[in-house]
Amino acid sequence: MIRLESDVLVIGAGGAGMYAAIAAARDGCRVHLIDRSLIGRGGATVMAQMTVAVALGEQCPDHWEHHLADTLAAGRGLCDPALAQLLCENASSRIREMDAWKVGWAREDGHLKQVLAPGHDRARCVYVDFLNTGPAVSRTLRARLNRIDGIRRIGDVLITDIVVHQGEAVGAVGLHLLSGEAVALQAKSVVIATGGLTRLYRRNSGSLNMGGDGYALALRAGAELVDMEFVQFFPIGHLAPRMIGMDPIMWDPFRYKLGGRLLNAKGEEFADRYGQAESGNYVLTRDVATYAIFKEVEAGRGSPAGGAYLSFTHVPEADLRKAFGPVIDRLAKNGIDLTKMPVEVAPIAHYHMGGVRVDTAMETCVPNLFAAGEAVGGSNGANRLSGNAITEAFVFGERAGSNAAARAKARTASGWNDAAAARALELIGKRSQTAAAPNTAALLIELQALMADNVGPFRTEDKLQQALEKLQQMQRELGPLPAGAAQYDMVCLDWFDLRNMLLVAQCVVRAATARKESRGAHQREDFPGMLPEWDLNQRLSWRDGELSLERVQATRPAAKAA
Amino acid sequence: MTTKTARLHIRRGTPGAPARTETFEVPFTPGQSLLDGLRWIRAQVDPSLAVRFSCINANACKECMIEIEGKAAYACTERLREGEMHIAPLHNKTLVHDLVTEIAPRDERLLD
Repeated sequence: MIRLESDVLVIGAGGAGMYAAIAAARDGCRVHLIDRSLIGRGGATVMAQMTVAVALGEQCPDHWEHHLADTLAAGRGLCDPALAQLLCENASSRIREMDAWKVGWAREDGHLKQVLAPGHDRARCVYVDFLNTGPAVSRTLRARLNRIDGIRRIGDVLITDIVVHQGEAVGAVGLHLLSGEAVALQAKSVVIATGGLTRLYRRNSGSLNMGGDGYALALRAGAELVDMEFVQFFPIGHLAPRMIGMDPIMWDPFRYKLGGRLLNAKGEEFADRYGQAESGNYVLTRDVATYAIFKEVEAGRGSPAGGAYLSFTHVPEADLRKAFGPVIDRLAKNGIDLTKMPVEVAPIAHYHMGGVRVDTAMETCVPNLFAAGEAVGGSNGANRLSGNAITEAFVFGERAGSNAAARAKARTASGWNDAAAARALELIGKRSQTAAAPNTAALLIELQALMADNVGPFRTEDKLQQALEKLQQMQRELGPLPAGAAQYDMVCLDWFDLRNMLLVAQCVVRAATARKESRGAHQREDFPGMLPEWDLNQRLSWRDGELSLERVQATRPAAKAA
Repeated sequence: MTTKTARLHIRRGTPGAPARTETFEVPFTPGQSLLDGLRWIRAQVDPSLAVRFSCINANACKECMIEIEGKAAYACTERLREGEMHIAPLHNKTLVHDLVTEIAPRDERLLD
């Protein structure tokens, strides 16, 4: 066993985790920044293609209260108004800090360029050209991290459990993937920044490591999860023809800059049939677009691969090249000429609105345990506004890091206790030797298919019930102990991933089954329509080996001063 | 769409033991990546095949670098081809397991 000791332990090195580490270190703490793969290259941040929402007022006059009003409206009454306010109010400090760190936000006529994204009342989103927001953000934060002495970066460590002693978080236990050894990490405070759960779905836009680890870690540690039924599908994920070396959500920037036409198999625009006409501009919100595409496919008007066409054939080649330069060449290498052909797109799991329940200090109900970024639930309610995810990573990351540092400084020791860590450590040391171990890679694919087919954006009681039964069966198949024992043991890694993914999948199914209405990203075909009596947030906790669900009235935002 | 078959000859093993080459027949439709093929092997034939990757298709994470026909390349941007393909771990990095090598910068490692 390898022992490590720090003031602040940050789990996950995407945008939120890196920002948290920087914030904690500049407040004078010794930080360990841990990731299951490489530092600053996994997660969702690096995959971001374009928009970062912030009321800078550079493009046109703006105020964070307008950004907040749009965020709350998108959340369909379920946002935690305090978290949403924190997000919008602190956004400009973080975006300007990133600018000072030379992230390279696009500029025009001497000011930062901001574009209009669906759901926003004005041009509010900054970005880095071309399709480069995520890589630029990751590179900038990595460069900052490397300059700070107080931060130790450690990759290839999978955190398997938070260690709780006398009701407080005292550190974590992990598996060092390269050696197969157990790691005991004691810390005075812990930040979960592991991102969302997109990996639960067959088609998704996240990295492999977005299997909901943080939700499972928090739940087992005694923290609560909130709004777990709200999985955001990005409506126009690339479907066909097969592309390589390109992010499946890359069509979003194309729509921001060039509009584009969303067409069914008959070549007709169809969004107006579902309540939102496009008229050449990109105004279609994500939930409506997802619904419209699914319904067109269901009605037999889908594209050959089962989605919709997205066409830019009406856009002159010179305009395409001006807007996306090198990307046009990368498309050509994939045999795609946008002046001559449409591409096929379909909804793809993209983001999770739900997550770990925290207060405005980003602390969970377990003392010393904090969360940041997409791992946090509540700020986006039933549907996230485009552009809020990277902003949330920065703002919540900074807040969590700073508050976790303050907590660490207020404590004299971590309070680590070997007995409290024993069960988690044993799980890593103890390996199942049964010959009949399941094919974990196949089990993962089965889980993704089940979630996509039964727990996608459109749900029914029957399908959810089937999903729950199947998840329980898969749980039995997985078995109580991991298999394998080698260095970088994929079967062992899959076991720990499935342990978390199956638990998190059950959380989504449980909350989706309970919510008998349709709202934002959660659409029940057997309960169409949004109901005022469902202005409730659902919270999940883990009690005596069972999920427990509680409903609380959603907080109304304070009336805005005239 | 027509299905074709790639024959992947993969060098496998752990440090300290002699490497072995195993051959897998992988069906594919034109356009699929080598990483698609490696993931197919794990799900359909042998889940113990060790290969590291993260972003799957976007070429953003740069984790899936391996050697194809003796040259370093990303598994996610190399396309499957009909016929023989020779796959090996990076020869200039420390071997961990099968196609996985130690690629993290030195100051981001837990053990030296």
